[in-house]
Amino acid sequence: MDFLGILATSLTSAIGPVAAIYALAIIGLNMHFGYTGLLNFGQVGFMLVGAYGVGISVGTFGLPLSVGVGAGILCGLLLALLLGIPTLRLRADYLAICTIAVAEGLRFVYRAPFARDFTGGVFGRQNLSEGFRELNPFPPGRYGFGDITFSSPHLWTMVVTWSLVLVASLVMWSLIHSPWGRVIKGLREDEDAVRSLGKNVFAYKLQSLAVGGVFGALAGVMIALHQASITPDQFRPQVTFYLWAMLLLGGAGRVLGPVIGSVVMWFLLTFTDEMMRAMDQMGWLPFVSGGELGAVRHALVGLILVLLIIYRPQGLVGDRREMLVNVK
Amino acid sequence: MSRRLVTALLAVIAAILVTPGNVAADGQGGGTLSGQISDPESSEEDDGVEGIDIDVLDDSGDELGTATTDAEGAWEFDVPEPGTYTVVLDEDTIPEDLQSYELVPAAEQEQEVDEGDDPIILYRLVEPETEGESSEGPDDGSGDESAEEEAAEEGAEAPEVDESAPFSHQFAQVATDGLVYGLVIAIAAVGLSLIFGTTRMINFAHGDMVTFGALMALLFSTGAGGLGNSILGLVVAVALAIGVGLLLRDRAGPGVRLAVQGALLVLGIVGATLVGILGGESMEWRVSLLGDPGMGSSALDLAVVVLVPVVIAAAVLAAGRLLRGRVPHDTVLPLQGVVLFVGLAAGLWLGAIGAALIAVILGAGLAAGMERYIWQPLRLRNVVMIQLFIVSIGVALLLRHTLLVLFGGSRASYPEYQVQEMVGLGPIEVAPRSLAIMVVAVLVLVAVACMLQFTRVGKAMRAVADNRDLAESSGIDVARITLYVWTLSGGLSALGGVLFGIHQIVHWQMGFHLLLLMFAAVILGGLGTAYGAMVGGIAIGMVAMLSTLWFPHQLMEAWALAIMIVMLLIRPQGLLGRRERIG
Repeated sequence: MDFLGILATSLTSAIGPVAAIYALAIIGLNMHFGYTGLLNFGQVGFMLVGAYGVGISVGTFGLPLSVGVGAGILCGLLLALLLGIPTLRLRADYLAICTIAVAEGLRFVYRAPFARDFTGGVFGRQNLSEGFRELNPFPPGRYGFGDITFSSPHLWTMVVTWSLVLVASLVMWSLIHSPWGRVIKGLREDEDAVRSLGKNVFAYKLQSLAVGGVFGALAGVMIALHQASITPDQFRPQVTFYLWAMLLLGGAGRVLGPVIGSVVMWFLLTFTDEMMRAMDQMGWLPFVSGGELGAVRHALVGLILVLLIIYRPQGLVGDRREMLVNVK
Repeated sequence: MSRRLVTALLAVIAAILVTPGNVAADGQGGGTLSGQISDPESSEEDDGVEGIDIDVLDDSGDELGTATTDAEGAWEFDVPEPGTYTVVLDEDTIPEDLQSYELVPAAEQEQEVDEGDDPIILYRLVEPETEGESSEGPDDGSGDESAEEEAAEEGAEAPEVDESAPFSHQFAQVATDGLVYGLVIAIAAVGLSLIFGTTRMINFAHGDMVTFGALMALLFSTGAGGLGNSILGLVVAVALAIGVGLLLRDRAGPGVRLAVQGALLVLGIVGATLVGILGGESMEWRVSLLGDPGMGSSALDLAVVVLVPVVIAAAVLAAGRLLRGRVPHDTVLPLQGVVLFVGLAAGLWLGAIGAALIAVILGAGLAAGMERYIWQPLRLRNVVMIQLFIVSIGVALLLRHTLLVLFGGSRASYPEYQVQEMVGLGPIEVAPRSLAIMVVAVLVLVAVACMLQFTRVGKAMRAVADNRDLAESSGIDVARITLYVWTLSGGLSALGGVLFGIHQIVHWQMGFHLLLLMFAAVILGGLGTAYGAMVGGIAIGMVAMLSTLWFPHQLMEAWALAIMIVMLLIRPQGLLGRRERIG
């Protein structure tokens, strides 16, 4: 078994473009859940509208990339408003059901045949990232150290996405350490207390939902640019659950939590995946084979979620006290 | 400690960075070819066809390798370097029941791979065009679209409506389908609502409990070889461990008890594995889905099938009554368990217990086990509600994918209910299976309602659901009632799964699709109320089906979710819920 090769592949995926994209989406989720205490189980919906902002403007109407990115972010903002105005007045458990329902409903709409002229139906949109790749300053070739190398388009996506993650983290840090952030954290601790101080709780929640939603949409935009093609079915509710697992692994309510969670979780996922594949090839796995390894990976994410909540709810870098918030 | 960890990690990273890196060229240089082949017989396009081989050739025509689609129909292949590749779908590996479909585009495709590019190649199985459809209609692309819609309508979800019939007949037909669908949702959703009422927790794993029931019934009705015997062996071992634990509670020290329990469990697991591996298919047995004792006359059969479970339940209750006060308090439950076990074994031997009943009992046991060993300890540790939600999502992922590994991703239907002659009832046509679902569902719902309304346990359940603290302070054993609620919910959700499987198809993701509709149902009816879930379930099923009269059927679930959101806006407490502050 090529153990070092497996380690290298795992590290590659841990710092690769996908991990960066997930980190960006988790930063948005951290805004919702970690700081405001909103139970958003529909973060993938924001990623969907962001990706399709690019997909529809570039793929359907042939508009330039900048318009597409703008449209994606705008769609995220719009979705936050549309979702937030009716549902943010509700209790947390209702919000959870609503968000998962809206995200799944959006997927149904985007893949429906009547929308095919715009969204491409189940086949999605292709050839979205030419404008993005033209900007690529790295000449073709492979970059990296040792076994960890990236092709030039991947490196370009990585550089852009990790920079976005850095900017987003800085924005989050300054937001949370502003008076606005203190109100937001107050909301998480005790909504009634904040209300009794004369703050407009609903408006603050809506602003938080919008900020986090924009980060989610930005992650969706980067998915479109990274893959160059998108289909509605890659935005399933499982993605949201992955995001949750990563956020809780890293530590909710911490600026660094999303980044650490994404990197560590991708490392673990790829590592177990590759290990199982290698063991499968050597015939060491009696019960599972080939196609079932993916299912084992999903089951593993579930197990990680359960064990984390039971034994370490604050994640790797979180503060245990911050996770003891009860929602009434 | 943590510093040492970091140092070790850094050392490992450094070691990798220093290793000269020419080895990793494969799988890194070019890109990944991937795609997904969805099942044309399903209306859900995330259901794929498993086991299709796709060969990849390079430009000189040498075969580089073969990719095989997994349970979701997805395949991928890493190509070594940029260039032009030929992808050939091996048409012989398309499953036989799908051979009649046409492959679009042609099996052989050329694909250019740029550096770092991951192109997606889409194959589709579409229904061959039988009539010369006017594909050049005024609305662009209608031919293609209708071909796909036709293929999608093969799935059982969309009601089949004769377009030429008058609208009132169509309406009646679709409404009947909606009623059947709604009853299935209602059966499954009652438990979700009761669980929310008693524990304030939204059980995201409820959908997968539904899948569990459907798959168990499928297993025992189509032939339980090694896997079925292993599962039963495990269940018996766990039941024995629990029973012995109860018996020994005050008679032996905790160490002895744990050791005995652990030994029993290990024995059970080892035994189940051995049975599964050694026994294999040679120990195969099966029961029919709803039970079939083979007494000769079908009326007698029916009577036996209905009576035996009732007799078993009565015997268990009677044993409890008789023994109470005569034997030590904590021996009552194990003895009741023995009675239940003997009754079930006798029923199985008679053939009076069908696969559906086994599934319901296993589902109830699974739910009770989850409550006793996951949720109750977590509640006792004062884990807050949000975290319980997340744990339930984790449990859902775990359960769903364990079932996927055990049963595979293919879709199946109960052999006894596959093809049926439609029965005409006035303007509408109903398959006998739909009638059976309606009868069973209505009977069970009425029984559950009577239980909730008139029995002590039922009243206690409603009391706990209404106000946990008040119920506790008036002397109700809330922990025990919660355990009963979970058991009841598990049984009902398994039954819902069986009915859903009869109505449509058995598949590892069926429960998750139903889950969103169950959410809509319980919110529409009022979270926490059992009767609300029944009303809401029927309403949601009707809305979803009726929407297909005017709107594309792919959106039927979206309409159900839209109803839920509208309901939250105008009456968040639901149809039957009591007004309270939920903002």
